[in-house]
Amino acid sequence: MRYAKRGRLRFTSHRDIARAFERALRRAHVPMAYSQGFNPHPKISWIGAAPTGVASEAEYVEIQLVEPVEPDELVAMLDRATPPGLDVLEAVVADGGGLADRVEASRWRIELEGVTPDTLRDAVARTMAQPVVEVERLTKHGMRTIDARAAMVSATVVSGPPPGGVTCGILEVVVRQTTPAVRPDDVLSALRVVADLEPPVPAKATRMAQGRLDDAGALADPLAPDRAFGRTSLTDLP
Amino acid sequence: MESVFPRLEPLLPRVSKPVQYVGGELNSTVKDWDATTVRWALMYPDAYEVGLPNQGVMILYEVLNERPDVLAERTYAVWPDLEALMREHDVPQFTVDGHRPVGAFDLLGVSFATELGYTNLLNALDLAGIPLHAADRTDDHPIVVAGGHAAFNPEPIADFLDAAVLGDGEEAVLEITDLVRAWKDEGRPGGRDEILTRLAETGSVYVPRFYDVGYLDDGGLAHVTPNRDRIPERVAKRTTMDLDAWPYPKQPLVPLAESVHERMSVEIFRGCTRGCRFCQAGMITRPVRERSIEGIGEMVRRGLDASGFEEVGLLSLSSADHSEIAEVTKGLADRYEGTNTGLSLPSTRVDAFNIDLANELSRNGRRSGLTFAPEGGSERIRRVINKMVSEEDLIRTVSAAYANGWRQVKLYFMCGLPTETDDDVLQIAAMAKEVIRAGREASGRKDIRCTVSIGGFVPKPHTPFQWAAQCDPDTVDDRLRKLREAVNSDRSVGRNIGMRYHDGKPSLIEGLLSRGDRRVGRVIERVWREGGRFDGWSEHFSYERWTGAAAAELEPLGVSLAWFTTRERTEEEVLPWDHLDSGLDKTWLWDDWQDALDERELEDCRWTPCFDCGVCPAMGTDIEIGPTGRKLLPLTPV
Repeated sequence: MRYAKRGRLRFTSHRDIARAFERALRRAHVPMAYSQGFNPHPKISWIGAAPTGVASEAEYVEIQLVEPVEPDELVAMLDRATPPGLDVLEAVVADGGGLADRVEASRWRIELEGVTPDTLRDAVARTMAQPVVEVERLTKHGMRTIDARAAMVSATVVSGPPPGGVTCGILEVVVRQTTPAVRPDDVLSALRVVADLEPPVPAKATRMAQGRLDDAGALADPLAPDRAFGRTSLTDLP
Repeated sequence: MESVFPRLEPLLPRVSKPVQYVGGELNSTVKDWDATTVRWALMYPDAYEVGLPNQGVMILYEVLNERPDVLAERTYAVWPDLEALMREHDVPQFTVDGHRPVGAFDLLGVSFATELGYTNLLNALDLAGIPLHAADRTDDHPIVVAGGHAAFNPEPIADFLDAAVLGDGEEAVLEITDLVRAWKDEGRPGGRDEILTRLAETGSVYVPRFYDVGYLDDGGLAHVTPNRDRIPERVAKRTTMDLDAWPYPKQPLVPLAESVHERMSVEIFRGCTRGCRFCQAGMITRPVRERSIEGIGEMVRRGLDASGFEEVGLLSLSSADHSEIAEVTKGLADRYEGTNTGLSLPSTRVDAFNIDLANELSRNGRRSGLTFAPEGGSERIRRVINKMVSEEDLIRTVSAAYANGWRQVKLYFMCGLPTETDDDVLQIAAMAKEVIRAGREASGRKDIRCTVSIGGFVPKPHTPFQWAAQCDPDTVDDRLRKLREAVNSDRSVGRNIGMRYHDGKPSLIEGLLSRGDRRVGRVIERVWREGGRFDGWSEHFSYERWTGAAAAELEPLGVSLAWFTTRERTEEEVLPWDHLDSGLDKTWLWDDWQDALDERELEDCRWTPCFDCGVCPAMGTDIEIGPTGRKLLPLTPV
């Protein structure tokens, strides 16, 4: 399934989303498969997760059911039961392949209010020209230094009129999934380190897509193989 | 009324757990401001994660929002990181529903489960731009109303409150709403003074400013008396009699953020007449009023459908005492068999029946731990506190628990009880060791565990111990240290015993706030001005700040922290809450205090004749219990 994390819900953590999703499954009476044992859990696999504070149009989750449900019906059932802002967008019957393997990079859209597109374009160009950009991040184990530039596949500043008439630079950046992960915050840190770019208000980031990178640097829809499979196979399920 | 969210939003990426400030909980309500006439902000004066699951706030929120012309939104204490940013960027205390400024509401209702939330009240008032002192408020400020158990002695915060309501809130909030609506419809005649007078003359809303407190030369109280016409001598608590008529919350709030209770709760009865002398809740919520078995079944069904929770807690002060608890648990366990729905019963009764219930509830797995509350370590101290449990009962009960496959037993005790000696506390160690020995024998295993949890005793208003001297923190800490040594003295069993306790200092401050009078308000204000917040959290609580403020503010008045806490009261003394009527007869309370000192026990009026505590005749109430003889039918499959 693909779902979105929108508006105020971007302030949720992944644990919050997981809890809300599980409760929605129960409210919607989705016939979930449960693990065995003392403390049974519904069988849900999460594919990555957008960080707290970041919105997303492209989050992915796999769930296991004990009986077939029409994907469109499942989306409708679940979307009624999830809180507004946690929006289930699409479901397909899994073809058996691992969804996690079909995700290797993300495209983020970062809106920097109060930063002109020209300033942003300049900062981005200077950052992308560097071979390595080390940024610091506070983790559970203290400060650590990571190379933000290595994970950045491409970065473009979106042209066009500013949304709502306010000055706003919009950056679209494709970031490869690495360990440790490079997040939108780290991209912003890179712009600060290289070009002293300090947005006057906190930037807003949204994950627009996830998938495997093709030769042109675009992201392939990770649900496409399942979709092709699902059209023929739903009726064949036990 | 405009939302402050656009101003709050840029601050949220800079604070920890921002999700607690965004609202949007499942089953929450945001109404059109202009389409309503009476608007309540409801506050639980602690962090969101603690306040969100509070049943009282949830009930009132829903009861009020069901009225078409009434709007209710919730607000919680903000953590210091957000507070600093709000002050810097001039963002006021806001509700999490519509993110409206709290200062714009007609009423601010604050529910106090504990006195340690008082500094959070002051902080919220200040952030809301509402003058701290009720006397400084104008017609345009909200009416600040306190409720909850601490409202049975609101004197320490009297200067900061416009009103307080004692007892059950669901009918009281609607009556207050009606009075405020009528006053607004009439064009607010007489201003703030008149609406407060109208509230006070009902006899069930306490308006502190309409009562004068007189003091004696020795620091004690001379009187608390009305200072104008239309004001009753005493203010009575509210009692909601028919719980089945009030099946709230119908739509439990489900937060996005993690909270302290990740389950839904159904209150299966209210009140308790076990008569534990330390227990304020049991004294001030009388009489016992049960929800019927069908009422419970319906609330569970509706609540689960509306919330998606996977666990239901059957709440009350002593849940195993419901007259049909066996039928309720069996009925629910049958209904929800195979649905991965957990049921829990926070009962602490020490008898075999409790284990039968626990077995029934854990039928679908999840057999974690059982909790019992002997409360006192020795037979003698249990007679003092009227907790009628013999050591034999306890050992028999825990043996049965371990034999039934339970691996962990939790035991609750108190330290610092009236008449307590070192020996009373040391017997907790003896009891815990005996529990391990008996448990090993019953289960045939060595790896069973027993956790001993100890709370510091705080004497509370409207209990037989309201006259008692509170034990000083040094004595409490010393007894706990000796207890730990005793537990550890025999490693072969001691390593299976866990101990959980806190030092005695926060209890002493809770004692000051519980039995204080209006003079204590100065201490609270000073502590808040010096940075006191979240006093219920050990990482934020500062004992030195409290003792310093108490010395500075109380000693010039001829009283002290010790005067309010470790001093025993006499029978004649006027108590700060004497004008607040919980229904309990003061003579009966005094006699029960004397019985405690004489180590005499008292039965429960549910199964023995009335012992004249005074509540039913004073309040026109009666015990409402089953059995009804009815059963829960299976739910028709969906």
